[in-house]
Formats: sequence, structure tokens, C-alpha cells
Amino acid sequence: MRHRRLPLVLLLLALIGSAAPAAAQDPRLEAARREGKVVWYTSLALNSSEKVAKLFETAYPGVKVEVHRTGSQRILQRMMQELQANIRNVDVVHTSDAGHYVLLKEKKLLVRYTPAGVDRFAAGFKDRDGFHYGLRATVNVIAYNSQKITAAEAPRTWKDVLDPRWRGRLVTAHPGYSGVIATHVLALVHLHGWDYFKALAQNKPMLVQSAVDPAGIVASGERPVAVNGGDYNFYQVKKKGNPVEIVFPKEGVPLVVSPSAITSFAPHPNAARLFTDFIFSREVQQVLADTEGLYTGHPDVKYPADRPKLGDLKLLPVDPEELEKRNEEIKTRFVEIFGA
Amino acid sequence: MAVGAVSVGRRRLEGLDRAAPVWLLAAAALVLLILLPLGWLAYISVSGPQGLTLAHYARVLGDPPLQKALWNTVLLAFWSGLVALAIGAPMAWLSARTDLPGRRLLQSLVMASFVTPPFLGAFAWVMLAGPNAGYLNQLYRILTGGEAPLLNIFSMPGLIFVVAIYTFPYVYIMITNTLGLIASDLEDAAAILGAGRLQVAWTITLPMVLPAILSGFILAVLQALALFGSPAILALPAGFHTVTTQMWSFFQYPPRAELAAAFSIPLLLATALLLLAQKKLLGRRGYAAVGGKGGQRRAIRLGPWRYPALAGCLAVLACSVFLPYGILLKAAFARAWAQPLTRGNFTLENWSFTFLHGATQSAIVNTLELGVLTACVGAGLATLLAYVTNRRLIMGHQVLGFLALAPVVIPGVVLAVALFVAYTRPPFLLYGTLWILFLAYLTKEMPVGYSQADATMRGIHPELEEAGRILGAGRLRVLREITAPLARSGIIATWCFVFIGVIRELSASIILFTPNTKVISVVIFDLKEEGQFGAIAVLGVFMLVMTFATVALMQALLGRDVIGVRTSGGSG
Repeated sequence: MRHRRLPLVLLLLALIGSAAPAAAQDPRLEAARREGKVVWYTSLALNSSEKVAKLFETAYPGVKVEVHRTGSQRILQRMMQELQANIRNVDVVHTSDAGHYVLLKEKKLLVRYTPAGVDRFAAGFKDRDGFHYGLRATVNVIAYNSQKITAAEAPRTWKDVLDPRWRGRLVTAHPGYSGVIATHVLALVHLHGWDYFKALAQNKPMLVQSAVDPAGIVASGERPVAVNGGDYNFYQVKKKGNPVEIVFPKEGVPLVVSPSAITSFAPHPNAARLFTDFIFSREVQQVLADTEGLYTGHPDVKYPADRPKLGDLKLLPVDPEELEKRNEEIKTRFVEIFGA
Repeated sequence: MAVGAVSVGRRRLEGLDRAAPVWLLAAAALVLLILLPLGWLAYISVSGPQGLTLAHYARVLGDPPLQKALWNTVLLAFWSGLVALAIGAPMAWLSARTDLPGRRLLQSLVMASFVTPPFLGAFAWVMLAGPNAGYLNQLYRILTGGEAPLLNIFSMPGLIFVVAIYTFPYVYIMITNTLGLIASDLEDAAAILGAGRLQVAWTITLPMVLPAILSGFILAVLQALALFGSPAILALPAGFHTVTTQMWSFFQYPPRAELAAAFSIPLLLATALLLLAQKKLLGRRGYAAVGGKGGQRRAIRLGPWRYPALAGCLAVLACSVFLPYGILLKAAFARAWAQPLTRGNFTLENWSFTFLHGATQSAIVNTLELGVLTACVGAGLATLLAYVTNRRLIMGHQVLGFLALAPVVIPGVVLAVALFVAYTRPPFLLYGTLWILFLAYLTKEMPVGYSQADATMRGIHPELEEAGRILGAGRLRVLREITAPLARSGIIATWCFVFIGVIRELSASIILFTPNTKVISVVIFDLKEEGQFGAIAVLGVFMLVMTFATVALMQALLGRDVIGVRTSGGSG
């Protein structure tokens, strides 16, 4: 077991090497150490979140990261439920539903903070008022199990999965849990209307919650085709040697930029700022791209050779304001159409 | 009883001695645990922005998807009860009245099904009978070359099956206990008069155990009604809700506690009615032959049917114990659970990942803290209450007994909604602390603890205590030096039952947790939503080990089997 962890340890050591000088000079580090920890509500897949947390803890010994990973919609629910009961727990909030940040900003629950170096980020990753910045991006894709389905048979467009021959062989994640999927649903409603989802429901897809889950379901063969899900999740599962292939449908892929922000009531504000700077640094953004298969807004990040360039894909962006306004409609109609 | 009746008046006066505050405290705790939350629940369900309203009821009862959820719950509960009966009753008869080989082993395995958290069972069955990747279906395809799956666990029948294999022990225990009390005389008489074996069973044994059969059925139905984990794991992927999953989804943002409250009242009424029916059935106990310990009980010879019958029992236990435990263990050590466990697929990473994950560590600590705390307070409180009611120490002790048993009708989700509305506002701001979970667990486990303690107290005759009082000891000293030592083993059993109940609790926790107060079951549920099979399997195995360690400890301390003990508890 020990030797398996060695590569990770080496990676960590390399990172300490690069981050330590900066850390030593940072006057905020003392304040952050006194606070002791930063509480991070994150919708980034658990393995990836834990990895980022470990990197931070190694770079800044004495400041712990408390990772609370769940779906975007659950994060919003938790945060609001806690505030209602006067519990101020979360420092840094990171979900994949850009609409959340419209709501949180409106309710004055975010603080304005510009992490070092984000001014050079791509336009779609920046809030014009400076409250939140896109930590990472992924696109929704179709994926299939290459042991059960040949490349020739595999669906190529969003509409291909409506064919009756896929009945009982599909899996979809849930917009009531996942921000990635809420974004996906809105983008596809724009593209094909709600009728698309009504037709999809005829094929009786299995309903799972997280946008992470379809990757596992497809890999196990429980359902050979996923009709949505984060591209990075499929990529990770494929990298582990599972028979999973990714399809970027021709009509375009819904782009999900997942913002990160510091809360206005953060109990550990210094640690929160230190952490936010850290996760937007080139080092961490490069890790997200390398090992997690995510896209980022950082201009200097290099992507693995087996990843398509974000610029080469036909992207379907959604407007955060609209996503916020139609959040309830999306969740309710989805449940109406699919039953749960 | 007769002794008690004579000296009631005298004892009531004694109730005013120095011990009175202790009893009053116990009473106050019950009011706070049950009456306050349920009061809030009822209030929230009828209060709108402009005063009292029935709008929430109209909404939840008039909305077609919600009606469907209600109907699904009715279907689930009824059929699960029936299947549980069909499994549990013959097994009970076989193990109580026949010469079936391996009856002790059978008993232990039923106990194992009984203490297995149902949501873990449901999760294991996803891996066993998922229509495509499920192990049994893969096997079936290999054997038959067919395309269609043998079983689809993501369906109403699949859900009913999984619920039934973890609720049949309730039926089993009810019936075994009753059968244990029936002497063989009547059966012998019938046999002498020329009745065949089947005829004896049909005309003599069956009518005598009929009340137990019906009340076992009702208990199973009650269990099925209240479950959250199994429907969340099996029904949601198939695109249908039950009442419990629907109530949970009312808490999505923006939360609708008032709808959840209105939706919980029908559920509460249903469980209350069912329990009332069960009480009536048990209260009949009219057959003089049932109830005494006298008389002989002889095993009926199964002859050539011994081994087929055993095989049938083992098949059931394979579904509830062997297969699920096996697949969980395998998934805990596999990279890809659906692939064979070859060298390349073997890994310990699931274990290091699970236990290094910060949320897991704090959840384990939280669960143990809550388990120990609830078990200590619960066993203490239950024993005190049982003492008060059995010795009739204060006025209104019957009310206390009733209140202690009342939570049996409150499904975990409903209790959680009630506690949520009661304790997220002043004066008791408990949401976000472990205390709200503690209150939930204490309330939920009180019926089990109380009936267990009640049975213990009934077994201790008051004359021993009276002797102590006559010799000049105060009530508290008598309690300490005479009653407590006699009740020791009973109290230990109560402690263990409460502890086991707490560490597996999901349906209330899922609504009451906050990120800092997660417990193991909630972490498992979180991991389920993300599809982390390996990590869930690891935590599941960990949970089972904890449970069985407790059972083993209890059996070692008590030096006997404990499965029968809860019967009185479950039946309330």
C-alpha cells in the first residue's frame, strides 16, 4: 500500500518545493494558522477535492482543509438551511451551478475577492463585479462502454439516444443534485426543447444523482450509455483502464464553468483567502488539467495530448442569470418527466 | 398483580419521598422528546402566512405525483409485509416446532439479517441484481445465453423483495415466541383422534398462532412504511418516489418544511392505526393454551423433508446474509466491483481512501459518541421509566408507559421533520449540533429500550425491594443495592439494542445532519450519490463488524442468546 502512494508523495514534494518560498513570505499565513483551517463546500468530485486539499495542507502546514463534498444543489441547500438556523460554517463555496452565485451575490452572502493572477483568465471565468471566479470547467458529453457497444453503433448526437433501441440501456444524472446536470438540462432545453427530455424518458433511463456517477455506471456495464455527465469524470474512469469512450455530440456540448467564492460570513477569512489564491495558482490549475481532466481559465495551463482543446469544441454556454431564474423549473419539470 | 393492587394506595404516598424529583425528571424528558416536536409538526402543517390553513394538506393530497408516492408506499408496505410473512412464518414454525437440523445456526442467521442495516442490504443487492452488471444476472446470462436479465432490482418488485428479506425477522420472532408458549397437548390430542400432521398444523396450531401471525405482519408493514434508505437506493433510479423519499426531497432548496409536515401526518395516522390493530390482536390472547410455560413441547418429525426444508431456509438467508455480505466484502477489495477479483483487480486503496477521507473520520467519531451516549442515557431512562411504571410510583404512570412506547408509530423521517421544525428556532437551537441527532435517536430507540427494560422489571418481584424498605433503606438505596444488581443483564441488553439501533440509523439522520455532524450512515449515503462503490463497501463492512462485535459482547456478557428478547420490544 505504501509504495502505491509514492508517486503522489513525490508530486506533493515537488509542489512544496515550488510553493514554499511564496508561503514563507506570505504575512497572511500567520493569521491563517491562527484560524487553523478553511471549510470548503465543494461539488468537485470527492477524489479530486481531496487531492486539492492535500496539496494545500502540504504547501501550508498548520492550516487544514475541511472538505465537504456533495452535489451543487445540496451545497446550496445545506448553506441556506444552516444560515436559517444561524450557523456560519462555510468559508469557501464551490458549486457547478453558476446560477447559485447570482443568488448568493444578491443575498449578500459573498465577499468581493480577486485571487492573484485571475485577471489573465479567459473572459467566461470572471465575474464582472469580482465576487467569484471559475475554478474549473467541464463539458457534458455522451459516453459508452466499448465492451458492450462498438464505435459504429455508439450514439453520436444528443438526439441519437432517443432511438428506441436504447430503451433500458441509458443512464442520466439529476439536475436536483448536480449543477453540471442543471446546466446541461438548460442548454439542451435551448437546443431541442423540453420535448427532448420527454422523448428521453420514453427510453426509461436509470436515474442517478451525481454527474460523477454515470461514469461508474457505464464502466461497470450496468447501463452501456450515459446521456450526460462531466467529461472529466469519464476521462478519469477511462484513464484507470475502464472500457469507456467519450463522444462529443455534433450539436455542441454544454459548457459548465464552476465558480468559487468566499462567503461574507467566513469564520476563517484569512485561511479562505490563502486557499482561494492557492487553488487559482498555476500549479493547482495545472494539476486539475493533468490528473483530473478538467479545463481551466488559466492561460498558461497545458493540457494532456489526449484531450481535445476547449477552443476546438462547439460549446453551448448558458447564462447564469437564466440558470438561477429557471432553477426551480428545471428541477420540477425533470422530476415530472422522469418520475423522481 | 394482586399484590400490586392491594398496596397501590400506600405506594402512591411513597411517591412523594425524596426520589420524586428523579421520576419527574424522567417524565419531563419524555414530554420534551415527543410532545414538543410533534406539537410543532402539527402546528407547522396547518400554519400559513395568514394564520391557520389547510392549504398544505390540500396541496400534498391533491398533487398527482405526491398521490403516486403515497400509493407506492402502500404497495411497498403491503407486499413487503406479505412476503415477509410468507418467509418468516414457515421458518418460525420449522425452527420452533420441528426437528429441523441446525436450528441454532438458523436462529443466529436470522439474528444477522435482523441487525443488518436495510440500506446496506439494498446497496449490496444493486451489485447482485442490477439488471445488466449485477452478479446474479451476469451468471444467469452465462448459464442460459439469454439477453434479458433474471432480476431487475430497480423496480417495485425488486424493492419489495429487498425490504422483505430484512423485515421477515420481525414475523419470525413474533411467531417463534408464541409457538414456544404453546404446549403440545392439543396437537397430541388431535393426532390421537386421527388427524394427520398437516391437518394438525392447519386446524390446531395455526388458529393458536394466528394473532401472532397477524401482528408479525403488521410489524413488518410498519417497518416497510418507515424505511428511507432502501427506496432511495432502489426506487429513485427507477423513477419513482415513496412517501419517505418524497419527504426528504421537500428539503431541497428552497425547503418546504410545511409540506413535509403535512405529508407526514397521513403516514403517522397510518402507523398509529396499524399499531392499534396489532394491540387489539395481541390483547385477545384468548386461547388458554397460550400464555403458560407449563406443558410439554415436542418437535414434530419432518422425516424426508428435513433437508429440503433446511435448504429452503438457507436459500432465504443466502439472500439476506451470505450473498450481500459476500459482495460487500468483494467490492471492498476490488478496483472494479463488477469484474472478477483477480490479482490485477485486487486493491487496498478503497480502505486507505475511505479512512483518510476527513468526513469519514469525523463521522466515525460522531457515530460512536452518539451511540454510546444514546445507549447510556436511553438504557438509564428506559430502566427508570420501567421501574416507575412497574412499581406505580407516581400518578399517571400509565401515561408515561404509553409515551415511552408511542414513538414506535413515528417513522424516522417524520420524527426528523418534527425535530427539525422544533429545534431550528428559539428557545432550543439545536440544529447543527450532535444534540439534535441525540434527541432523534433517543426518541426513536425509546420504545425498544422501554419494552426491554419493562420485561426486565417484570421479572424482578417487588418483595425483594419491600424487604429492603422494611429494613430501613431508602428507595434510592434499594434501587442501587437490590434492584440494579438484579436488573444488570437486562440493562446491558437494553444498552446493546439501543447502540445497534443508533449506529445504523439513516432515515432521521439524513434530514438532521450538517457537514460537521455527519454519521457513518450519512457518509455512506453521500458516497452512494456519487457512486463510490468501493468506499461504501468498506464503510458497510466496518459497520457490520461494529454491529456484530456488539452482539458478540452482549452474548458473552449475558451468556445466552438474545434474539427473543426484543420481541416484546418490537411488538410494543
